[in-house]
Amino acid sequence: MKQEHNKAHKFGMVIDLDKCTGCGSCMVSCMSENNVPFKDDESDKKKSITWMRVYKLTNGKSFPDTEIVYMPRPCQHCGGKGDHGHSPCVSVCPATATDYGYDTGIVSQIYTRCFGCRYCMGACPYHARYFNWWDPKWPEGMEKYLSPDVSPRMRGIVEKCSFCYHRYQAARDQAYAEGDKDNIPEENYQTACTTACPAGAIVFGDLNNPEHKVHQIVKPDPHPDPRNKHVVGKSRNPKVFRLLERLGTNTKVYYLSDREWVRKQGDNYLEGEWDKIKNHHGDTSHG
Amino acid sequence: MKVDRRSFLGLGLGAAAGITVSPMMLKIMDDSSILTQTTKTWPWALDHPPFDGEVSYESSVCSLCPGSCGISVRKIDDRPVKIEGLADYPINDGGACLHGIAGLQYLYDPARVKTPLKKNGDKFEEISWDDAIALVAGKLSDIRKSGSPEKLACIADKGQGSVSGLFKRLLKTFGSPNFYTMPSLESYLEVTAAALHGEGKTIGFDLENANFVLSFGAGIIEGWGSPVNCFKANASRKDRHAKLYQIEPRLSNTAANADKWIPIKPGTQADLALGMCAVILKNNLFNSMATGFTGFSKLTAMLQKEYSPSKTSEITGVKAADIEKMAISFAKAKMPLAVFGKGRGDGAQSLKEMAAVHTLNCLVGNINKKGGAFILPKNDYLEFPGESMDNTARKGFSKAKTGRYVNQLVEKVNASSKPVVEALFVYNSNPCYALHNPKSVKEAIGKIPFVVSFSSYLDETAMEADIVLPSHTFVERLEDVPSGAGLAKTVVGLTKPVIEPVFDTKNPGDAVISIAKALEGSIAENFEWESYEECLENVTSGIWDSLSEDGVAVISEGVPSGFVNVNISFIANNPVTIQAQGDYDLTLIPIDNMRLISAGTAASPFAIKTVADTVLKGTDIVVEINPLTAKGLKDKGFATLTTPMGTARVKVNLNEGMMPGVIGMVEGLGHTFDNKFVSNKGVNVNDLIGPVIESGSGLDAAFGIKAKIS
Repeated sequence: MKQEHNKAHKFGMVIDLDKCTGCGSCMVSCMSENNVPFKDDESDKKKSITWMRVYKLTNGKSFPDTEIVYMPRPCQHCGGKGDHGHSPCVSVCPATATDYGYDTGIVSQIYTRCFGCRYCMGACPYHARYFNWWDPKWPEGMEKYLSPDVSPRMRGIVEKCSFCYHRYQAARDQAYAEGDKDNIPEENYQTACTTACPAGAIVFGDLNNPEHKVHQIVKPDPHPDPRNKHVVGKSRNPKVFRLLERLGTNTKVYYLSDREWVRKQGDNYLEGEWDKIKNHHGDTSHG
Repeated sequence: MKVDRRSFLGLGLGAAAGITVSPMMLKIMDDSSILTQTTKTWPWALDHPPFDGEVSYESSVCSLCPGSCGISVRKIDDRPVKIEGLADYPINDGGACLHGIAGLQYLYDPARVKTPLKKNGDKFEEISWDDAIALVAGKLSDIRKSGSPEKLACIADKGQGSVSGLFKRLLKTFGSPNFYTMPSLESYLEVTAAALHGEGKTIGFDLENANFVLSFGAGIIEGWGSPVNCFKANASRKDRHAKLYQIEPRLSNTAANADKWIPIKPGTQADLALGMCAVILKNNLFNSMATGFTGFSKLTAMLQKEYSPSKTSEITGVKAADIEKMAISFAKAKMPLAVFGKGRGDGAQSLKEMAAVHTLNCLVGNINKKGGAFILPKNDYLEFPGESMDNTARKGFSKAKTGRYVNQLVEKVNASSKPVVEALFVYNSNPCYALHNPKSVKEAIGKIPFVVSFSSYLDETAMEADIVLPSHTFVERLEDVPSGAGLAKTVVGLTKPVIEPVFDTKNPGDAVISIAKALEGSIAENFEWESYEECLENVTSGIWDSLSEDGVAVISEGVPSGFVNVNISFIANNPVTIQAQGDYDLTLIPIDNMRLISAGTAASPFAIKTVADTVLKGTDIVVEINPLTAKGLKDKGFATLTTPMGTARVKVNLNEGMMPGVIGMVEGLGHTFDNKFVSNKGVNVNDLIGPVIESGSGLDAAFGIKAKIS
């Protein structure tokens, strides 16, 4: 029997920071989709579990030239150096509790395998991982709203954004049921933060699929960056950037902004370095 | 055996070697990790796994705020598990805000009232619905028999909708004109429309199409108006090449997202609007229709005298050249739109400011034009049958209202030694939290002999009540939800129960009908419905078919037609601009934050969780202040904030986005009821600000208060 080539997906998102209003809908949609708990005091942000966290960036100028931009930060779902699946967290996990999905590009987190060593948290350059210091507790009755699609996590376990993997599973099941298992329509798999965003700032889809909006906005360069061979999938859109791109983590969350100072905050630059770098967006030699 | 030094060390070494070699330690560590860290041994999970079941989706409408968004509720068997925005709904088209998404947390809120309560001394005791209704009816009968039915008053969150309609009807047939609503953007729009265009109208802003929006502090992405609708209109700005200029003292999210932020001295927006009107008139950039406005020549004369660019600049702190440039580009824009209602638009507002801003719309001629301001009839789709009133009712109802607005009611109650109000109904509102100087509101409510709360939660006002008749939350109840709050179209949605009531609560409509029936006589005659459901179907008969089938009825859409009268006499008389109370050097202003709720309801635990630690840290509220103003204060340090109304311990956030001389404190914190996730955190900014009544309009127009910080 002829085995058809199963083309891998590479799910990712692009967030338009000029549209983001910092309203917090994505954060709450994520929490209620994924059974994320809450405590009396959530103002210690290091101990506050927010798979999706919205950061506030400022241009550092004084009144009245100050500007503010909000930056939502889910797990960046790194592909690792050369995009070979060696994400920073996956590489250090001694329990294979976090793994790279070569068919989806999604970095998973398997709660029952995790024993809480937190190496992954140390390895993650994006602070996207959170540790359960306590068992979650819901006020009486409130556990009735928990979703059966995502298991609640107990103390001693690390958790993070899964790109709503259960939604991918549901979409894949549907595609199987409809007999076209390789074809998951864009609208059938969307993360909870994407669908919740009232400003439409988040676009999610398959970066490998030229039909998908995310691919069209990002225009990922399929070739490695000639100046840094670890970097793959750099955007060819001059307004799109990734966080700490030069580390070669090859994140699948891209950001979009018209403002240069915002794009510059995506990484730490030495003096004068930014001016040399800012105009390289994907390599021109590859068009 | 003698243990000498040598054998002690030998044994010790042997033991150490033994422990190292033996697998015991590894085994213990492994076991302990298994015992402590697998879901199988987690006792909670054994009892409470999220049970699986059949998945279904139900459509409804969110009524947490005036936004009235369509929602889709995902259910597992009969358990709702997630709220999302409803696709294709005419207001929010799939979008949702964080409060709506977290809506299920309100269902199981620890502060929910689970059964009717009666106050006995300082404590509440549980009573049955029958006893509670009989008690309320008995008390009301006594008031009626004493011959002054007008001493029954009601404070509701809004005047629209059939439940408010039932409260009004009860009061009217009882014999009282004293129905009050809490201040809301919709109520302000009606007041402004009444001043400029006549009674019975409201204003809609076509933000989706306007290509130059001049926002006088309206928090378009801070929860102003119908929030999700505004988010969408704002997000499409980039693609439509539309401009947004934001005029306010603080770099709010709206200001940060705008094309231009124009910092302005707090409370001087009205003056800037008038200054811009002057520029438009001087440069003959007004619409030719404007000369026909009542009061046009008077306004022109007044503006030329009082509001030259240099004078306006002096008052507002905005450069004269900028004022002229802004006014000219506004007037020359294809679809200009000036928007008022500081913050969310539901806090204190001055009619001078609203009328001045709206005069800009009138002058440039964008009234009832695409991308402009729509003058809409008040949303009155309800057809209640005519009331039959007995003599007592007619006599009482014809008396004058005790006060014009809630603030005046509070003032009258506090000023009089005799009870001005004998009984008070409070529905869906929390005046003991949401009005300025809540202490005086509490005092007034304490003076009213009989207070009935129809709240779902034991909030600040319900705690002051004598009887609490708990209401269903919005996911448990049936109700018509009219749009408003500046939406450019008129839509009525239907909220439907998506779950059986969790506690022994009632639909407030049913509670009112039961009370009316228990009062018997001519009052009961006006409430001859079996249930609220029957009443709703009856009074919405004109739109019931589409309400029940589609869950929504669109009453008007698109640009309204017809001639609109404009009367600018109010503003032509140049009423006095409200000044902040007190004589300290700084000004404290409230800040609206999308992630908190400034009206009576508290934000959900999820929403509180999203609040930044530069707003709330532990139980301390953080105030924003410009480093230039914060002499001697450290970032993240503590300080004492003092206003004429009181003092508060606050943390300091040195913020370059704050105008020097101004202190910003967020609204929506400092609740004091029994929900540890959201309550007893920070300070209620209303405690620090007192009402300042604007003469003429009677509105509380306190935009802030003078303050000092040390």
